Amino acid sequence: MTWREKDRWQRLFSTGAALSILLFSTGCERRQSALHPASVNAERIADLFWWMVGGGLIIWAVVMAIAFFATRAHPEAHGVRSARWLILGGGVAFPVVVLTGLLIYGLMLMPQLSSTADIDLEIDVAGEQWWWRVTYQTAAGEPVELANEIRLPVGQRALFRLTSPDVIHSFWIPPLGGKVDMIPGRTNTLVLEPTQTGTFRGACAEYCGSSHALMKFEVMVMEPDAFADWLNRQAQPAQPPQSESARQGQTAFLANGCGACHTVRGTEANGTLGPDLTHVGSRLSLGAGILPVDPEAFTRWIGHTGAIKPDVKMPSFGMLPEDQLPAMAQYLSELQ
Amino acid sequence: MNEQTDYRDPEEEALALAQAERLAKAWKTPKGWRYWSAVNNTEVGLWYTGVSFIFFLFAGVLALLIRAQLAVPENDLLSAETYNQVFTLHGSVMMFLFGVPMFEAFSILILPQMLGARDLPFPRLSAYGFWCFLIGGVFVSGSIFFGAAPQGGWFMYPPLSTSYSEGLGPDIWLLGLSFIEVSSLAAAVELIVGVLKTRPPGMRINLMPLYSWYILVVAGMILFAFPPLIAGDLLFEMERAFDWPFFDVSRGGDPLLWQHLFWIFGHPEVYIIFLPAVALVATIVPTAARRPIVGYSWIVLAAVGTGFISFGLWVHHMFTTGMPAVSLAFFSAASEAVAIPTGVQIFCFLATALAGRFVKSVPMLFVSGALAIFVLGGLTGVMVAIAPFDFQAHDTYFIVAHLHYVLIGGMLFPVIAGIYYFFPLITSKKLSDKLGKIGFWLMFIGFNVAFLPMHFTGLLGMPRRVYTYSADSGFGLLNMVSSIGAFVLAAGVAVLVWDVLRPKGKQPTCERNPWGAGTLEWLVEMPGRAWGVRSIPIIRSRYPLWDQPNLMRDVDAGRFYLPDAQEGKRETLISTIIDADPIQCLRVPGPTFKALWAAIFTGGLFIFATYKLYWLAIASGTLALITILIWLWRDTAIIPAKQTKDIGLGVTLPIYASGAKSVGWWAMFITMIGNMSAFNSLVFGYFFFWTVHDDFPPDNTPDLGFWPVAALVAILLSWALTLWARRLNNLDHASGYYAALGLGALLTVAGAYALWAGPHFAGMDPTSNVYPATVWVLVLWCLIHLGIGLIMQLYCLARRAAGRMTATHDIDIRNVALYWHFMAITLATTVAVIAGFPEVA
Repeated sequence: MTWREKDRWQRLFSTGAALSILLFSTGCERRQSALHPASVNAERIADLFWWMVGGGLIIWAVVMAIAFFATRAHPEAHGVRSARWLILGGGVAFPVVVLTGLLIYGLMLMPQLSSTADIDLEIDVAGEQWWWRVTYQTAAGEPVELANEIRLPVGQRALFRLTSPDVIHSFWIPPLGGKVDMIPGRTNTLVLEPTQTGTFRGACAEYCGSSHALMKFEVMVMEPDAFADWLNRQAQPAQPPQSESARQGQTAFLANGCGACHTVRGTEANGTLGPDLTHVGSRLSLGAGILPVDPEAFTRWIGHTGAIKPDVKMPSFGMLPEDQLPAMAQYLSELQ
Repeated sequence: MNEQTDYRDPEEEALALAQAERLAKAWKTPKGWRYWSAVNNTEVGLWYTGVSFIFFLFAGVLALLIRAQLAVPENDLLSAETYNQVFTLHGSVMMFLFGVPMFEAFSILILPQMLGARDLPFPRLSAYGFWCFLIGGVFVSGSIFFGAAPQGGWFMYPPLSTSYSEGLGPDIWLLGLSFIEVSSLAAAVELIVGVLKTRPPGMRINLMPLYSWYILVVAGMILFAFPPLIAGDLLFEMERAFDWPFFDVSRGGDPLLWQHLFWIFGHPEVYIIFLPAVALVATIVPTAARRPIVGYSWIVLAAVGTGFISFGLWVHHMFTTGMPAVSLAFFSAASEAVAIPTGVQIFCFLATALAGRFVKSVPMLFVSGALAIFVLGGLTGVMVAIAPFDFQAHDTYFIVAHLHYVLIGGMLFPVIAGIYYFFPLITSKKLSDKLGKIGFWLMFIGFNVAFLPMHFTGLLGMPRRVYTYSADSGFGLLNMVSSIGAFVLAAGVAVLVWDVLRPKGKQPTCERNPWGAGTLEWLVEMPGRAWGVRSIPIIRSRYPLWDQPNLMRDVDAGRFYLPDAQEGKRETLISTIIDADPIQCLRVPGPTFKALWAAIFTGGLFIFATYKLYWLAIASGTLALITILIWLWRDTAIIPAKQTKDIGLGVTLPIYASGAKSVGWWAMFITMIGNMSAFNSLVFGYFFFWTVHDDFPPDNTPDLGFWPVAALVAILLSWALTLWARRLNNLDHASGYYAALGLGALLTVAGAYALWAGPHFAGMDPTSNVYPATVWVLVLWCLIHLGIGLIMQLYCLARRAAGRMTATHDIDIRNVALYWHFMAITLATTVAVIAGFPEVA
């Protein structure tokens, strides 16, 4: 089979099999789907999956047909000799051949998936209960820290160094590739090479406590130039508040001690326990992938943190004077 | 006894009736509240099976709560905390309180019938195991009603469940389930000895029913799989209760050690659950096909092979932990390889169906359903064994789908087939064919509607163990479908429960051997009798009811072995392991409350320890020890009034046997194999840390001095003296015996002191770093075992002094000497590791 032919077959096969999925599928759904790959690795794995599904269904149907033949269609006695051949052929010979082939293919795939050669970009990600601390290593030298969001340039190979300071988490962006655990005391690596621009969603895959379900993040794959601009902006200190409300918000933010846990570069807030908020207003989500980024969501989050995210470390600030919450929300939204 | 039994003459009939009366009296089940003192396998097995099934229903209700919560996005039916408790208990209860115990319970119930034995060799041990199971199970399950259930998942990964969990949840899980694991091990010992030693004359090992082969394999697996978890639990609880940092990275620990120990247990566990269900299928299929199984030896080899390979797969649960590629490749290959013996077994069943004249029945309907479901689960298993695919599928709903296909197809459906098949054997009434079919289709359709979509839910990105998901994720529709399916499945289970429980008073008693089976258990009379078989037959075929003419008649007429209970004692035959030549007429004990009391006090030990009430725990543990000692003292190794007994057909057998001829010796041997496998897991822990750390043992490790060597010398001497005492006892040299064993006991105390003194005087603080903790846990293990060894030595001194042990009746000292062989190995290994290894490392 030539490459082109193989490609066509594969596409035909994938499309056909994917139809059942698409019945349920909406645009949003693809953002977190391993069956809608957008990277080199994820494409290889998705192809492997569809081939295995096809093969598996055939094997299943044949076994069922034999069972049906033996018990329903022709329940009378057949020769023991043919029955023994069935054991030898179906139970031994066939699985040995198929499994060996599959295993070899799987093993050949592994070095390609785990190769750390030709890296264009390095990103440290720490999973913490229940958010993601993301640090870009820049060519200029100063690392840039942000949270719960990863942006990648399309067509470039990004190396992730994955760690955890508390419990075990697992870093997973289904459309871009397999998951890798984040284990206290260890640094695991993962290389992703996105092939399409777009917005995707990642999630923690290892059960990590009460709010494991709410530990997600947004992923945006961008054109390299746009990515460079974005990273450059992220490296800047926070811009001062523009509106009057935001100025009040900043005062409240600092007065209420938010800076003990959060950093807003360029202000006196330099805590490191919680997410860096320097450009929080520019992010794609709030609270680790669970809320949109607008003043209303900020107000809700700060006022009802524990109700939105059970057992989260950040206390709820619902007791603050009524006007302070919207002001802080305004301030944070403006941290573009 | 059966009315149709035709006797040769009135004389034979009169004798037979008198024999039957005596047998019935000896095996009579106690009435009233004393009913609960019963220890016979038919009672204990039934309670055990029933309770295990109730735990299944409980965990099933938890599953419905899970599905109700996930039916719609952003549901607030359950809070995060409650949901996490619910899914943790669902998994833990299904695995520990249903999957494994169900098989053990069911085997205790029917194994003696299959072997034509009257009971298992240690009825009181079964009863003790059952009561432990009940107490531990209620304790663990009940915690959810107080909101105190564990919520770390059934795998309890540290550090989430060590340093990041408040409350008692993890302690309840660790101690409650360790307690249950002890009862699982007790049942495993019982079943292995049962299969090896209680077979009827002539049933050579290659004529055993396949079911017994599976029991042997699975009980053997339990022996090697559960102890690593018990060792892991010990490390875990020492960290939680006393801050020994085995899994705390800041002090040199490593959370991956737990994952290794857990999955060294956890993967074989899957096969421990699956293989007994295959055993049921292997029993039902030949009956349905009206012919012997095709490929008996293939199946036996495949079952043994599956058992072995299943210990080499555990890392496939850890493919995403950042393992080196070579480990991934090895474990990926092993995981693929296990599909081959599994496939062989399935094709043997297909071949049997093909070669036979197949007859439809409700049990076979469930077997067919099991096949359809399990094969699909097996195929997805092959998929996830390919590491790259697992990187995507791991910890998603794809795995939830896969494991339920494997376990529901590979365990639940065969178990229900078994319930329909064996129900008449237990109750003399058949279940309803009509309800069986309705239940089957509800379960089969409900199951597939619930779990087939989950493969896609997972690959569309839904991780496992999430209490909620957002509306924009798009998982909503698939989850709703799954939830509907789950409730349909539950309706099917409800039909089954109704069929089992519905009053059957008017229903006629079932005819004997209703399915026309060929295996020995269908000798059972309808209604059944407490004695099991009227006389123990000679076996010459794998399917004696098909191949041995008039077998049932002759058994009923009491024409085989042990047709009588002249002394009013409960007796069964013990035979040789390979050829099943009868070698002993074993007296098995009758009803007692001691097993129940021992279980209550053992439960107290674990439950008080959970609440950190250590003094009460110690008190309860001491009471358990005393109860068990009284039990051993009064009821075991009894010197019989007459030495031999005529068991019929001109065979006379000894009543007392010791050493390798006795069942007790085998039980000790098998128990100690399990014990060594727990000890080896602790040693594995030591060397695991050595491989992950550059400085293990650390450079500044204090010198333990001469203490460990002194300990080793003392213990080896104590061992030698125990062996010598055994010899002196045989020579009837009483004073020499007392002197040797007494000195041995003193040396045991001295050795224990020296072993403790080494790390103690070197100032090793187990909370400071993982190295001292690892040394101390090995020392602690030895100290506990030396304590037991000391009690055994003193027990043997007292036994001889009380005249309960003599030069010829020496079971006690022989078993204790056997224990001490293992003690010597344990001590030598420990000293080599803690004192020797730092010198060479």
